[in-house]
Amino acid sequence: MKPHKKQELTKQEAFVRQHRRLHHQIAAWRTVLFLLFLTLWEASASLGWIDSFFFSSPSRVFFCFLDQLRHNSMLTHIGITLFETIASFFLVLVSSLALSTLLWYFPKFSRVLEPYLVVLNSLPKSALAPLFIVWLGTGPVTIIVAGISVAVFGSIISLHTGFQQSDEEKITLIYTLGGTRRDAFFQVVLPGSIPILLSTSKVNIGLALVGVIIGEFLAARQGLGYLIIYGSQVFRLDMVITSIIVLCLIALLFYRSIQAIEHQIRKRFSF
Amino acid sequence: MPTILELKNIGYSYHSLHGETQALRDISFGIEEGEFVAIVGPSGCGKSTLLSIIAGLLAPEQGTILANNPDGSLRYPRIGYMLQRDHLFEWRSVYRNVTLGLEIQNKKTPERLAQVDRLLQEYGLASFKDKRPSELSGGMKQRAALIRTLALEPQLLLLDEPFSALDYQTRLMVSADICRLIRQAGKTMVIITHDLAEAVSLADRVIVLSGRPAVVKAQIPIRLTLEDNSALAARNAPEFPFYFNKLWEEMTNETA
Repeated sequence: MKPHKKQELTKQEAFVRQHRRLHHQIAAWRTVLFLLFLTLWEASASLGWIDSFFFSSPSRVFFCFLDQLRHNSMLTHIGITLFETIASFFLVLVSSLALSTLLWYFPKFSRVLEPYLVVLNSLPKSALAPLFIVWLGTGPVTIIVAGISVAVFGSIISLHTGFQQSDEEKITLIYTLGGTRRDAFFQVVLPGSIPILLSTSKVNIGLALVGVIIGEFLAARQGLGYLIIYGSQVFRLDMVITSIIVLCLIALLFYRSIQAIEHQIRKRFSF
Repeated sequence: MPTILELKNIGYSYHSLHGETQALRDISFGIEEGEFVAIVGPSGCGKSTLLSIIAGLLAPEQGTILANNPDGSLRYPRIGYMLQRDHLFEWRSVYRNVTLGLEIQNKKTPERLAQVDRLLQEYGLASFKDKRPSELSGGMKQRAALIRTLALEPQLLLLDEPFSALDYQTRLMVSADICRLIRQAGKTMVIITHDLAEAVSLADRVIVLSGRPAVVKAQIPIRLTLEDNSALAARNAPEFPFYFNKLWEEMTNETA
């Protein structure tokens, strides 16, 4: 028996090692790709293959970022965009949870509202932005509303669909234990929908950022969206590209945060 | 023995735009206190509908159910219901699963919780209290589901093919095990099954339903001579084949 067992152990070790190697390889390739892109960009700018006035370059982006930090309060712009995005994300989360709960409680109501939700969800929300400006003026409120409008309808639809797919037998179980529809919701429907809530959140944080940038294009004096528009109007494309790169980093940050929260929740509730 | 429930001419139909499907017609029988009743019948005959009506989850369209609560009142007996699968919630620990009913009914009194602890101890689950349901074996999950049901101190237990999700070997062990525990607890039980051997080995009386619309075709009292207390004892009883064949005949001459 013994040699057999030992062989199994080494196979297990080999598996773990191979798994780790794959992990490292992927991380390495990601870094290589990034550095390659930066080098190619920098090189083609300094060798004159592209006009760095239009296409900028990593070094110009870096100095532009430092310059913006010093003279143009880059941090404030980043902070404003972050705040507006997080605010619309949470408002989307709360309002879509509340509304999809109502829809679940009152199925007749949900059938009445269904076509309205579908239409509102497919409507390009940027078409609404001019209206928001007229109704709410320019400023953070308008921008947060724009952020909400992009994400909220899809979020309601996917949460409600998730609620409806709860295990009917588990709901029956609640009734056999003497529970009410409220118990069914809090004991079965809501905890059972946490994976859907998490995946919807991942989509929503991205959509909120899209909405906020659209809003800032049209109705802001601050924020990265405003910087992009301002930069393009005064032909300072370094500023535009720097802002876009900062946006990339923000998107990455949001995604990672939600991933970390998801990891914690999955560990706690063992989904 | 006094009856705990008396079903009188129960009828039920399902309705859709395409018409009416009669599921149950004129079903009458009584359930005695402490008795184990098995209900068998062809699949889709309305057995589960009947159980839902007894449980009070569905209202019968025709007929009435008379309650003779053993405590002397005319109150409907407290029902415990076990579904086809254990339905333990993965987002709760085993302990929080078995106390789910108490939590819902706001009955987490020290006495009831002590009773739950006693059952966990007795059923060998005490050391698994803080585990997740997925860490339990099939038989342990069924035991946990039973504790969840018994925690509410039901007078009548209804089991809707409770072991059908288990593999055959586990099923033999678990069904005998769970029914022994329910007998020990002194409860009355109605079990639905499509497994005739299971019905004969577990029940005091088997009620045979016909195909749709279901009517009571036969009621067969089961008396087995048991040699020991093992899980398979009932299946080895000398009378076992006789009852099995009798049920088989009742079931098959219907479809012929």
